[in-house]
Amino acid sequence: MHRFLTKQNRALLTELVRTDFKLRYQGSVLGYAWSLLRPLMLFGILYVIFALVIKSGDGIPHFPVYLLLGVVLWTFFTDMTTQSLGSIVGRGDLIRKIRIPRWLIVFSSSISALINLGLNMIVVAVAMIINHVDLMSSIVLLPVILLEIYLFALGASLFLSAAFVKFRDIGYIWEVLLQLGFYLTPILYAMTIIPEKFQKLQLLNPVAQAIQDARYVLVTHDPKVITSYRVFDGGWYSLIPIIAVGIVLIGGLLYFRKESKYFAENI
Amino acid sequence: MASEIAIKVSDVSKTFKLPHEKNSSIKGAVINFYKRNKSYETQEALKNISFEVKKGDFFGIVGRNGSGKSTLLKLLAGIYTPSKGNIAVHGKLTPFIELGVGFNQELSGRENVFLNGALLGFSRKEMGEMYDDIVEFSEIERFMDQKLKNYSSGMQVRLAFSIAIRARTDILLLDEVLAVGDAAFQQKCFDYFEELKRRKTTVVFVTHDMGAVRRFCNKAIYIDNGNLTHIGTPAEIADVYLEENLESARQASEKQSDEPGLSDRHRITGKITEQSEGKIIYEVSYDSKESEELYIGIAVSKDGISVAEIITSLEKPLTGKGKISYTLDTDVLNAGLYQLSAALFGMRNKNLLTYTKKKSDFTIKGSDPTKGSAIKLADNWTY
Repeated sequence: MHRFLTKQNRALLTELVRTDFKLRYQGSVLGYAWSLLRPLMLFGILYVIFALVIKSGDGIPHFPVYLLLGVVLWTFFTDMTTQSLGSIVGRGDLIRKIRIPRWLIVFSSSISALINLGLNMIVVAVAMIINHVDLMSSIVLLPVILLEIYLFALGASLFLSAAFVKFRDIGYIWEVLLQLGFYLTPILYAMTIIPEKFQKLQLLNPVAQAIQDARYVLVTHDPKVITSYRVFDGGWYSLIPIIAVGIVLIGGLLYFRKESKYFAENI
Repeated sequence: MASEIAIKVSDVSKTFKLPHEKNSSIKGAVINFYKRNKSYETQEALKNISFEVKKGDFFGIVGRNGSGKSTLLKLLAGIYTPSKGNIAVHGKLTPFIELGVGFNQELSGRENVFLNGALLGFSRKEMGEMYDDIVEFSEIERFMDQKLKNYSSGMQVRLAFSIAIRARTDILLLDEVLAVGDAAFQQKCFDYFEELKRRKTTVVFVTHDMGAVRRFCNKAIYIDNGNLTHIGTPAEIADVYLEENLESARQASEKQSDEPGLSDRHRITGKITEQSEGKIIYEVSYDSKESEELYIGIAVSKDGISVAEIITSLEKPLTGKGKISYTLDTDVLNAGLYQLSAALFGMRNKNLLTYTKKKSDFTIKGSDPTKGSAIKLADNWTY
């Protein structure tokens, strides 16, 4: 690991992330407060629509928190992949003129997304307190689940950012895929409204599996929280999403490493 | 000894694929794949280049535009990957392909210094140690907390250059950075180069400025059309460069042929009829359809600036058409590339009638201890 995170690379990573944050809320009156206000307001809208009007919770306890956690994790995945996707091309001026490790650019986008996730998790914690959600010992598994989403997003980011250098179509395709994924993933609704065989298909998606597991370990063990372990009865099928994460991560790394040699001339 | 070597380039080639029409789309890729249509041509930017840069060298890379020297620099910097061969670098290498890479207009000067430093591979602590030095060198202390977008372009360049040359590193790669700033600032840069030389920092330097090559480099290479054709002393390489430039200028001017002068009624052409050790004979042919008194002036110029002029005696006006020769004593000139041109004046030296469209080039070979001045002064010192 220290071959990658040398003193220089750490310094550069810090500067890139620092700059990114400094520039993000440049010229806005409330500044950094928007990092918390934005997810809060978006959640407010979803809460009114899905918890109060449509009532898609199907009686799941603490549904507002359940809903919020799903939205936060999905937002993390989309933010990280979309920001990383354009990161290599966006930093083309650097890549063509300076020798910096190319992966560091994608990595810095991912760190920015992680910091945002951290802020959003504060909002989740506040919602848990307001909703009187009891802390369960299963919370210790939450970091593992977050790591899984992160690694999945990282693999996808490496692949997308490298492919985007050659094929600018990737940007549009990914946007559409994310929109599709948003509805295929049980974010806004309880999974109990889905027929069981579709539940199985749905939970092969690592993001869906991770979101459901996170809800299970953090919010409630209610049987209506369908996880991949439950839907596959603990069978080996429940490992498919994990294997998928491994394949995407390794594939993304290999593709990125192969392509990164030619970024400077292809951008 | 291996530890003496800073950069070792072994048999490096670089080939670019140049698509005829860039297909940054999947559709394009799919179509090409099915057509099996290789719609690109390969361009060999560099062919089997090998050389070594020793520690402490001030190493010049010289070549005409498009010869591949910038590609070579980018390979040394690790920005491009060689298609063949390999490059070994010993020590911390800092490239300056362009000044102020990564500068952000929305950040303050101070923040940009640290960002730029990080991009060049320096930690915040290291930059903190260099910071005062950089600010002092750039002469813009007062503006460091303002956003970069409020800087003049000259100030931005000064700041960028200050970071570049204050950065403490083992090996510096410089790509024509001399072409920035006003005369006073350039002088500062030259002073700094002298300091780098004294400190024995290894510098690899791409430039068109033969004066700078002669003055600073201790070794240089000449790249022509992707091939390394000459390795030698700065003086030798500078001569090669001047010769090659002269050759192509000659070819260009042959195409140009004799264009008419300012007016068809007056013509003047000049050519060098003889060049030997210590003298050049420049023959001027003139032809005027007007019966007025004519005078001819000739000028010797270097780098586009006239360094010596003479005009025919006002007591002996010329008329009509004819030829006149001037014997130039070249012992008074320092080494370099010069041009001779002639002009035709009328009515007591008042109005310019026409001048030679085609200038005649000549080279004075040898060494120039002043690195760039034109007139050689005699060794008339009184101790």
